[in-house]
Amino acid sequence: MIDLVDRIPGIAAQHRPKPGSRRVFFGSPVNSAVSVTCLVLIGYVFWHMMDWAVVNAVWSDAGGPEACHASSGACWAIIDARWRLILFGLYPFEEHWRSGLACVAVVLTAILSCLPVFWQSARLATLWVCGFAIFYILMRGGMLGLTSVPEEKWGGLSLTVFIFASGVLVGMPMAIGLALLRRSRLPVISRTTGAFIDAVRSLPLVSILFTAAVIFPFVLPPGFQGEKLYRVIAGFALFFSVYQAEIIRGGIQSIPVGQDEAAKALGLSYWQRVRMIMLPQAFRYALPPTINQIVTTFKETSLVVIVGFFEIMASGNAAYGTGEWTFAYVEVYAFIALIYFAFVFTLSRYGAYLERVMRVGQQ
Amino acid sequence: MRPGPVMAGPTPNAARTLTGPASFRVAPTMFKLLRNAKFRDWAAQVLFLGAVVGVVVFFVLTASANMRAQGITAGYGFLFQSTGWDINFSLLPYTPNDPYWKVLAIGMVNTLFLGSISLALATIVGMVVAAARTSRNPMLNTIGTIYVDTFRNVPILLQVFFWYAIYTRLPPPRQAYSIFDTVFLSARGLFIPALDVSGIASVGACLAIAAGLVAALWIAHARRFARKEPVTRRIAWLAVLGLSFAIALLVLFMGRGEGSGLISVPELKGLNFRGGIAIPPEFAALATSIMIYGGTYIAEVLRAGFLAVSRGQVEAATALGLRPWEVFSRIRLPLAIRMVLPTLINQYVWLLKATTLGIAVGFTDYFMVIAVSITQSGHTIELIALLIVGFLVVNYSLSTILNRINRAIAIKGLQSTT
Repeated sequence: MIDLVDRIPGIAAQHRPKPGSRRVFFGSPVNSAVSVTCLVLIGYVFWHMMDWAVVNAVWSDAGGPEACHASSGACWAIIDARWRLILFGLYPFEEHWRSGLACVAVVLTAILSCLPVFWQSARLATLWVCGFAIFYILMRGGMLGLTSVPEEKWGGLSLTVFIFASGVLVGMPMAIGLALLRRSRLPVISRTTGAFIDAVRSLPLVSILFTAAVIFPFVLPPGFQGEKLYRVIAGFALFFSVYQAEIIRGGIQSIPVGQDEAAKALGLSYWQRVRMIMLPQAFRYALPPTINQIVTTFKETSLVVIVGFFEIMASGNAAYGTGEWTFAYVEVYAFIALIYFAFVFTLSRYGAYLERVMRVGQQ
Repeated sequence: MRPGPVMAGPTPNAARTLTGPASFRVAPTMFKLLRNAKFRDWAAQVLFLGAVVGVVVFFVLTASANMRAQGITAGYGFLFQSTGWDINFSLLPYTPNDPYWKVLAIGMVNTLFLGSISLALATIVGMVVAAARTSRNPMLNTIGTIYVDTFRNVPILLQVFFWYAIYTRLPPPRQAYSIFDTVFLSARGLFIPALDVSGIASVGACLAIAAGLVAALWIAHARRFARKEPVTRRIAWLAVLGLSFAIALLVLFMGRGEGSGLISVPELKGLNFRGGIAIPPEFAALATSIMIYGGTYIAEVLRAGFLAVSRGQVEAATALGLRPWEVFSRIRLPLAIRMVLPTLINQYVWLLKATTLGIAVGFTDYFMVIAVSITQSGHTIELIALLIVGFLVVNYSLSTILNRINRAIAIKGLQSTT
């Protein structure tokens, strides 16, 4: 019916207000009132935000906290004074450039792996091995003339990015494995895996990180306990993999049965079918929820602060928590929120773009 | 599947093809056994189960060895020992002499209390924002989009820290903001008037009202009374509801504190407020963040539902002369909720787990109580098992209840209910 209306030019023009025309704003008295109220609200908030964040703000650290007390606007001076603490955490001061470069290396690797040129398992694997190697050499040091920095001193943005990237990268193969096990036609295997996935999914991430950081050394024999950072990354990967496994399983289930049957009829083995028929199509179907899951995972990286890591949230708390800057917490949180926003918004925009591109072949 | 005859020895078929001394037949038999699909399935399952059980047994053995080394006896006996530490928020009376099981119960009650309040608030916010984002007015749309894009893209932990910083920096109790000297907002939390009754009486009153509501709904909707006159039916359910409220009031009146009225109003005594209900900043920060952050997710789910309501339904309602508000409340909202309820259930279960962020600001929810108990008592394995069981039970019951509602309200024949 709507199609019909659209196809007849006269009717469509008469009955659909054009976007941007006066009618959508002021079609009826109620509509006009709503529009005006909203406009006033947006204007009021925008004006006050600008007034606080730009016009009356103190930008430079030159005047110290006293300059901020004198002004009614935002105190960006604290960012000017403490940005190194927020971005690099407890990393040794003279070596901050290494932490910065390492962060850039991982982000660059992530950006490169978004390019279709690298979408082959061999190239992708090489890229990420190189990226992580550069990151580790730069951060850990102890070779190539760099001084050694133990993992407890890592912090700030590079720690956040590292935990996120390695969690997703380790979690993705685990997720594929779990999804295949849950799809197994052998009842014992599929039931056991299903129970495991459901149990882990019902637990909050905080409790998994807590288990990995505090309790896991307890159930492992001495000598096999590993660094706390890597245990937490393992917990993070596990949490990501159980959610992602369900997404991949959904993707596999939306492949028509005929595909698998045709592949069987051609004599392909199980692994050939998985590699060439099932997974490529499953990932295409599962792309939107996968992007969503990765975005959620990036936001949840912030939870490692609870098990005592000095990533960007903790270093932000420390930046205003001590000394004379205790009043400037809104500015610090706004700054960190902006960093997270930049990452998350870029990721989700890329996801939307990817969805558009991938849909082309199907319509 | 038992591979019976294959295990017993070479099959007649194998015996015919293989000639030679019996000792050489073993290897081809093994080979044949491995190519038997049933045997391979069976062996794979046994191996898988064995590996899983082996890993679990290994963990448990190592853990119990570690516990013995620390001089802790395994078992749940510690639940009846007294804790010796205090907690900052409890709906039930509590002293440091109380045993562990009571602390765990308080943690669970706190989690459920925080969860139910913040999920209800998030649903209201989500509904408003979803309505704004699907309205025809572009200004309303813009506001909804800005709201969702801002708060959805910032981690909830950051929001919890932010609101906690805001709430703990409010003026001290002496300079608290107040509304008619009955509601006070200060750095110690929000203080509101409360019923001054004993715990048993308030629980009894709640039960009476809940029972009345259920009975009223049953009378109003059950098929058993479908043939009664609508007027009789309405009088019946109104009477039941009224009766339950009367009983609740009576129970409250009987259980009131001695020497005071039914309602206690917070008053400034010394450095803090006395009387009324105190909502500590930790609780307020968590509830605000879950409301704002969860609201964006629920708004997106509901928006998808609103968009899925076919335009023909809305046009038909408009053609019948329903007003815009009626079209929204009677056509679009009920249809949208039916469309998205399964997604919404997942979202609720997921948001309920956000209450565990209490540990970041020191709110004693179930997880924090477990974590503190582990460090205090050392009974790691037992408490982790309790944690898993607790969350499994809560999540499972929530999704079971909501799934039943989903089945009950699904439009028969239009939606599959499985």
